[in-house]
Amino acid sequence: MIERGDVEAVARLARLQLTEAETERLREQLSAILTYIDKLRALDTDGVEPTSHAVPLVNVMRDDAPEPCLPAEAMLANAPDRVDEFFRVPRIIED
Amino acid sequence: MTAAAVEELCVSDLAEAYRRRDLTPVAVTRAYLDRIQALDPRIDAYLTVTADQALAAARASEERYRTHSELGPLDGVPVALKDVLCTRGVRTTCASKILEHFVPPYDATVVERLTRAGALSLGKTNLDEFAMGSSTEHSGFKPTRNPWDLSRVPGGSSGGSAAAVAGGLAAAAFGTDTGGSIRQPAAFCGVVGLKPTYGRVSRYGLVAFASSLDQIGPLTRNVRDAALVLRVIAGHDRRDATSIDALVPDYAAALDDDIRGLRLGIPAEYFAAGTDPEIDRAVRAAIDVLRGLGATLHELSLPTTDYALAAYYLIAPAEASSNLARYDGVKYGLRVPGKDLVDMESRTRAAGFGAEVKRRVMLGTYALSAGYQEAYYGKAQKVRTLVRRDFETAFADVDLIVAPTTPNVAFTHGEKTDPLAMYLNDAFTIPANLAGIPAISVPCGFTAAGLPIGLQFIGRALDEARVLRAAHAYETAAPWRGRRPNLG
Repeated sequence: MIERGDVEAVARLARLQLTEAETERLREQLSAILTYIDKLRALDTDGVEPTSHAVPLVNVMRDDAPEPCLPAEAMLANAPDRVDEFFRVPRIIED
Repeated sequence: MTAAAVEELCVSDLAEAYRRRDLTPVAVTRAYLDRIQALDPRIDAYLTVTADQALAAARASEERYRTHSELGPLDGVPVALKDVLCTRGVRTTCASKILEHFVPPYDATVVERLTRAGALSLGKTNLDEFAMGSSTEHSGFKPTRNPWDLSRVPGGSSGGSAAAVAGGLAAAAFGTDTGGSIRQPAAFCGVVGLKPTYGRVSRYGLVAFASSLDQIGPLTRNVRDAALVLRVIAGHDRRDATSIDALVPDYAAALDDDIRGLRLGIPAEYFAAGTDPEIDRAVRAAIDVLRGLGATLHELSLPTTDYALAAYYLIAPAEASSNLARYDGVKYGLRVPGKDLVDMESRTRAAGFGAEVKRRVMLGTYALSAGYQEAYYGKAQKVRTLVRRDFETAFADVDLIVAPTTPNVAFTHGEKTDPLAMYLNDAFTIPANLAGIPAISVPCGFTAAGLPIGLQFIGRALDEARVLRAAHAYETAAPWRGRRPNLG
């Protein structure tokens, strides 16, 4: 069972500001979903290798050669806030 | 032939009609745009209609046909794109408020390939926000309605694409399938929906949901169209490191070969108590048709089926929570100001994400958080191995697996308010995603209430040709071919 404190801690990690009502609703819903998911415990997976990808993957290498890329202006066009060629964000480092 | 009945024509009909000068791409595009204007206010399949671009592309296509320099079977074919595929200069929202005004600076590889083949986009279709859902009710903008019964959902998450094809609002459409998001809406809307092998189609420019599961595929009027379209969009792409470097066969060429001797596996778990009896009957009748065509039937078991859903609802949300971390109000999308960076991010995501996205981000973050990662995410990855082994064992004895696409038909809007009840809709589609193998849904009849039922074929990795051939053989023999919703 999930406690309110768990929901609040996870919301902080996920950068989600939740209302009181959302926190309570998520506590109930996540508890129900995790109770369902707990059926996995019944399955014996000792010695089973995990699958992270369905197809075998190997590292894809290429020459470290410069290639054309999108112009900075195109990448900045969707910026919510910018100064010159920079994304503007709230101050992170204290004076 | 007249453009007044474009909804009667499939992709291969159109190419043929263009070559014979019976129809022109401009006339057909106009006819589709007229239908969208007249009917989409009731269906709401589209989030964005790009009429001017579509007509400009149609005129260019028309010129190619005039000078006998057409680009192939998709030239001048009007299609619809799920709004998770990036389109240069055209708003791409993922049906999320957080990307409401996002205009990508580049095209997805799929879009690029379609454009190169002469296909033209009518617009971007609705979905469950960030492709998370099974009904298209979780769109941040509006729900889409099922053309067969407007009180019902079209399925999801590619509900707009499925409804566009079913309602005759596009000749073909593109969706994405992470846990069934092409096949389930195809089944609900009575169209064909193909999820190719993971890696068969490049994901470059597809806004990521769960990267180890996401795959792009077509929704079409018939199986031949799916084969034609897949050939255009499939193939290796160096911009997607997970795309498979394997030859792309001419899927349509072998479509008409018979299926005598094809070994079909029938998994007991897909015909269990939870399946709607009308679906059970329709699928068994379809299997009889396949036997009549010369296929042999083999009862088998996929014992991990019952656990696949639980594993999926850890793996997909875990990957989603990581992928969606990028929506922080810094580089693009919505920004809600805050007193510091964390406050800004938290307010932005609170305002920009809908309830289902928040639920999955929370679930995924929980499953990956310290102390729980091994018990949840690690366990789910091991179960994923067992699901994959189930299929490997089955495919040692059979060529394809045949089963219902969904345990139930299209439900009414607002019917499934409990998230878990909604998730259970994906029980028969999720295993193929976890195993990364191709699967198709093809219409196999209607309930007494007139709602479509989907038949699913699941194949070995990269064996789309056989999946398509069996689906085509069934479709050709099926009596409801050509049945369409009555939209007045």
